[in-house]
Amino acid sequence: MSTPQNPVGARQAADSIPNGPGAAAILAAGIGSAAVGIVSLAAEASEGVKNFLNFYNPTGPLSGKTTVAIIIWLAAWFVLSRLWGTKTVAMRQVNLAAFALLGLGLLLTFPPVWGLFIG
Amino acid sequence: MEITTRDFLTVLHGMGFGALFMLAFSGALLELYRLSAPGPQAPITARDQTLFGVFLVGMAILAWLSVFSGAYVIYPWYRAVPPADLTDLSDYPRRLLLSSGKTSGWHNIGMEWKEHVAWLAPIAMTMVAYVTLKYGRSIIQHRNMRVAVLGFTVAAFVATGIAGAFGAFLNKYAPIRGGSVIILMQGEE
Repeated sequence: MSTPQNPVGARQAADSIPNGPGAAAILAAGIGSAAVGIVSLAAEASEGVKNFLNFYNPTGPLSGKTTVAIIIWLAAWFVLSRLWGTKTVAMRQVNLAAFALLGLGLLLTFPPVWGLFIG
Repeated sequence: MEITTRDFLTVLHGMGFGALFMLAFSGALLELYRLSAPGPQAPITARDQTLFGVFLVGMAILAWLSVFSGAYVIYPWYRAVPPADLTDLSDYPRRLLLSSGKTSGWHNIGMEWKEHVAWLAPIAMTMVAYVTLKYGRSIIQHRNMRVAVLGFTVAAFVATGIAGAFGAFLNKYAPIRGGSVIILMQGEE
């Protein structure tokens, strides 16, 4: 078992970090997860969207769906980090939103659910 | 004993990246709990934190390697379109599965779910690695943040489990075949 090596100053510095950067990463992950599901559903619902998302022919529309979702996730993370980077935010509300978006993402990647929207 | 390049790359995708990523979850969940659990416990050193950060970054890298290798190396072979007059579809897994009502569900539900849900795991684990590295032991002061980190880690585990399980079944009913042969060793006649 190793012995504690935390420099006190380093721990205090970490303790003083506002929750904003973490909240931004968490909400952005929720937004990215939902984006995967929403873009997948959109591609199933519209042949035009599906064709547009065919960024790389051997992989087909999956290439566009995932590329768009990743761009949305990273853009959301960047914007939220700029907004919340030095702030303390209401973490409970952020969590609720992030988990709701994560749940939406999980739900909308399940093919039988697409049928509920597309018919 | 021989293996084809497609067999090898499929194993690398599923076992090399995916299964190794799955195996790492038990360690990650245990350490995340230890990191965030209130009350007396063994002290967590700066070295422990650094090692755990490297561990989580490694997991995130494995998750990204798994989805990118799946989407851009394996999936094109899976969804390849056979010539119109071909009757033996064994080299065209998607068409092989869709050719029978007994197997079409493996594509329509299994593959369609797997190819999308898997992408939630690297997104989640990248966030988990970032937050854990950024806050370290001080995450104990942010109850909701550690709930989110644990929750997204569990979600990543579930997403990877779905993708991995369907990947194993799909490879059983319609394996990826072809490519050049790599002879691993010569067996006895």
